[in-house]
Amino acid sequence: METEEEKFDALIDADDRIEPTDWMPENYRKTLIRQIAQHAHSEIIGMQPEGNWLTRAPSLRRKAILTAKVQDEAGHGLYLYGAAETLGTDRSELLDLLHAGRQKYSSIFNYPTLTWADIGAIGWLVDGAAIMNQVPLCRCSFGPYARAMVRICKEESFHQRQGFQIMLTLANGTDAQREMAQDALNRWWWPTVMMFGPADADSPHSEQNMRWGIKRISNDDLRQKFIDATVPQAELLGLTIPDPDLHWDEERETYDIGEIDWDEFWTVVGGNGPCNDDRMATKVGAYNEGEWVREAASAYAIKQAARAKEVAA
Amino acid sequence: MSGPTDNSPLLTYVLRQGDRSLVLAQRLLENVAHAPELEEDMALGNIALDLIGQARLLYTYAGEIDGEGNDENHYAYWRDDTDFTNPLLVEQPNGDFAHLVTRQFLYDAFAAPFWAALAMSSDESLAAIAAKAVKETAYHLRHSRGWMIRLGDGTDESHQRMQAAVDQLWRFTDELFEQDAVEEGLQAGGVAPDMEALRAQWTATVDAVLAEATLTHPEDSTMRNGGRRGAHDEPFSFLIGEMQVVARAHPGASW
Repeated sequence: METEEEKFDALIDADDRIEPTDWMPENYRKTLIRQIAQHAHSEIIGMQPEGNWLTRAPSLRRKAILTAKVQDEAGHGLYLYGAAETLGTDRSELLDLLHAGRQKYSSIFNYPTLTWADIGAIGWLVDGAAIMNQVPLCRCSFGPYARAMVRICKEESFHQRQGFQIMLTLANGTDAQREMAQDALNRWWWPTVMMFGPADADSPHSEQNMRWGIKRISNDDLRQKFIDATVPQAELLGLTIPDPDLHWDEERETYDIGEIDWDEFWTVVGGNGPCNDDRMATKVGAYNEGEWVREAASAYAIKQAARAKEVAA
Repeated sequence: MSGPTDNSPLLTYVLRQGDRSLVLAQRLLENVAHAPELEEDMALGNIALDLIGQARLLYTYAGEIDGEGNDENHYAYWRDDTDFTNPLLVEQPNGDFAHLVTRQFLYDAFAAPFWAALAMSSDESLAAIAAKAVKETAYHLRHSRGWMIRLGDGTDESHQRMQAAVDQLWRFTDELFEQDAVEEGLQAGGVAPDMEALRAQWTATVDAVLAEATLTHPEDSTMRNGGRRGAHDEPFSFLIGEMQVVARAHPGASW
C-alpha cells in the first residue's frame, strides 16, 4: 500500500500536477502559500508606483494603456489570492500578514517612479524580468498556481511590449526625452537585475523548491537569461546599460556583468529602501480607510439575507 | 459671425461631453490603489478606462469638426483650465468613498439616459459614440447604484457618511441639465437631446435609489453652476495642471 507521501512523490516525479484536494507535505503547502502570497502582494503593491503616473500620462492613449495595465495587476492579484485560498488560507489573512510586515512583496516596488520614462522602464525591464521568473511557473507542480500563471504571463507580455514601446518612442524623441529614458535605465537596471534574488550559492530554499517542482530554473540562470535578452534591446534603443564591466563573454557565449551590490539588495529587502515605508503606509492606510465600507457591505448583506428569509417564511 | 456652415456650436457641444468624461476619469485615476477592496480598484479602473475612451472618441471627432488638424491630445493637454466646460459635479474632489460613489451615481443616473438619447442623434458620429457609451454606462450605473444602497442601508456610520455626501453634492446636479443657445440650436436639427426631458428620468432613478438606500436629498440646496463658462472650483486648476504637466514640459514631443 502506497503512503500519501509516496503518492505525492510519485506525482512530482512524473511531473504531474498537485491539486488542492491532494495530500501534500506541510512544508510544500507553507512554501506555496508564502510564494503565491508574496506574488499576489507584489501585484497590488506594484499598482502604486505605476498608479503614480496615471494622472500625468502625457497622452490619452498612454493614459488608457497604463490604466488598463494597472487594472490587469489588480486582476493578477485577485487570481493569485484565489490560488492561495485553495491551500486553505484566505485573502484577509494574507493581507493582515502583509500589513503586519510578516509577508513580503517584490523589493523592486520600493524604488520610486520619478519621471514618465520610469513607466517605460518598469514595463520593459521589470515586467521583462517578471516574465523570465514567471514563465517557468506555468509548469509549477501546484495546479492552481500554474494555471493562474498561464493567464498572467500572457498579459505580462503585453505589458513588457508597451514598456519597450514607451522607451523606443522616448529614445527616438527629443533630446530631453532621450535623457529621460537613459536616466530611467540608469536607475532601474541594477534593481531589476537583483529581482532574481540572491546568487544561487546564497539561496537557501532553492534546492528543496527545485525538488518539489515549485522552482524550475535557478536565480542565476534566470538572471543570465534576462541579461542576454535585454542587452541587445538596449542597443536597439541606443541606450547605455549603466555597467562599465558589461561585456560579451566569447567562451561562455553570454554577457558578463559587473559586481552586483548585494548590500543595496539586503538594505531594500530589509525595509530600508527609498519607498518601503510609503508603500506600506499607502496600502495600510487605504485598507484602514476602507474598513467602514467593508463593514457596511457585510451589514447590508446580513440585512438582505434576513429580509429574504422573512419573505420566504 | 455664424453662417450656415458654422460648425462652432457642434464643436462646443462635443467638447462639453468630452470634458465631462475626461475630468471624471481623472478624478477616478487619483484613487487607484486606494479603494476599500481589490475588486473596487478593478471596477473603478474599468470605469475610468471607459470614460477615457469616450473622451478620446469625442476629442477626435472635435478635431474633425474643427478642421484645424487638432488631435485628441490637443483638447486634453493644450487647453487651459478655464477652457474646460465640464459640469462642476465631475470635478469635485474624491473625499471619502461615500463621496466618490455618490458623485459617480449622480453622474451615472444622468449619463445613462443622456447617452441613450444621444444615440438617436441625427449626427451619425455622435450617435455612434453614444451607442458605445450607453452599454458602458449601464454597467457603471449598476455598480454605483449597488454601492449607494449597500452603504446607505449598511451601518450607522456608512449611512451618515452617505447622507453627508448626498447633501454636499446635491447642489451640483442641476448643472447637468443646463441648456443654452448651443444646445437649443442643435436640438432643432435633432443633433442634441432635450435636457429637460432627461431630467425626469434622472429624478426617477435617483428618487428610487435614494429611497432604497434610506437616504434623502436636500430640498433647499442653492444650486451651483459655472463649469460651462470655465468658472470652476478652486481644486480644478490643480487637476488640469497635474494632467498636463509632462505634455506641456515637452512641446511638440510624441509619446
